[in-house]
Amino acid sequence: MNIIISNSADEPIYAQIVRQIKNLVMRGEIVEDELLPSIRTLAKELQISVITTKRAYEELEREGYIVTVPGKGTFVAAHNKELLREVQLKIVEEKLVEAVDAGKSIELDFAALVGMLKVLYEEV
Amino acid sequence: MSAILEVCSLQKSFQGFSLKEISFSLERGYIMGFIGPNGAGKSTTIKLIMNLLKRNGGTIAVCGLDNLRSEKEIKNKIGFVYDENFYYEDLTVAQMKMIIAPFYRNWDDGSFQKYLRNFALPMHKKIKELSRGMRMKFSLAVALSHHAELLIMDEPTSGLDPVIRSELLEILSWIMQDDRQGIFFSTHITSDLEKIADFVTFINDGRIVFSAAKDDVVDNFGLVKGARDSLSSDLKKHLIGMRENQFGFEGLVKDKHLVKRLFRDSVVIEKPSLDEIMLYFTRRPQSV
Repeated sequence: MNIIISNSADEPIYAQIVRQIKNLVMRGEIVEDELLPSIRTLAKELQISVITTKRAYEELEREGYIVTVPGKGTFVAAHNKELLREVQLKIVEEKLVEAVDAGKSIELDFAALVGMLKVLYEEV
Repeated sequence: MSAILEVCSLQKSFQGFSLKEISFSLERGYIMGFIGPNGAGKSTTIKLIMNLLKRNGGTIAVCGLDNLRSEKEIKNKIGFVYDENFYYEDLTVAQMKMIIAPFYRNWDDGSFQKYLRNFALPMHKKIKELSRGMRMKFSLAVALSHHAELLIMDEPTSGLDPVIRSELLEILSWIMQDDRQGIFFSTHITSDLEKIADFVTFINDGRIVFSAAKDDVVDNFGLVKGARDSLSSDLKKHLIGMRENQFGFEGLVKDKHLVKRLFRDSVVIEKPSLDEIMLYFTRRPQSV
């Protein structure tokens, strides 16, 4: 799990953590029931204040990405269907972008791409 | 959560300087940075907490206990690191420890030895042979070896190079893994605080300017820059301290989100450092 903090960015540090943990969840790099570092460990490792990490976790918890079990720790929450679908959609989108990029590099036009997709869709 | 340090309407008058009813408090599990220019009252406040000066009014409580009535009790709960060395220069680290240890009820020699090893401090070197950084680490080892709950440090980073300072910050954030502790430290090197402090209390001329969560301070204050003709009297009302030059102006505002809404693209708003915030609050407004 990687979190990279920029001190010079205009985005508040807690928001940077929230965004990056969300991305990790979306991309499936951290999965349901996975134990997250405690707010104090995270603060120590990133050399930031405890209040900042606490605020980030509170926000993630409010949005349903993580759950805190008193005495046990903070875990990645069980995702709801919508969220999972969103993750999948994002993956599809990324792969499509790759395909479009590859197509454009050999000057394949839109109609040709769609045609290719149509054939593939019916085949698979 | 209970306050580990609570200062309420604290007063102290000297000739030519006074602390004017200052109040702030720190909860367990957090680090508070105490900032302000030289002569603002930082050391006076710390000396009053340690009861090295007699206060003229107000109250100070450490772990809920009055610092005068329960002085012995709370001194056992405080680890103190001073910017100057107050040890016997001709004694070795080991000898100095023998003198200090009996003063504390909960002295833990095992953890002292552990800190010496972690901080790479030589047992048999004389205090006067230690570098500034090593002396600070020795003070810290002493302060941490009697199970103190509150660590109070007066300018612990002054005169230290960036490498030692960042080592100190690492030690502090390691201490904060225990959420029953609190750290209160004064400094004028605010970049150290910007990383790890949870709260910032800013004192100027014997008054508390603000005492707030550091995140709120750096996210709300803004450094506004713009052309001279965009400096309307409306905008001026929002500025705390300002500097004008031939090509434009620069000033600090308390609520950058509000100023952004009001003045939009006519000004540039940047994130100020704690140093800049301190600077604008202490500088007299200049006009050209």
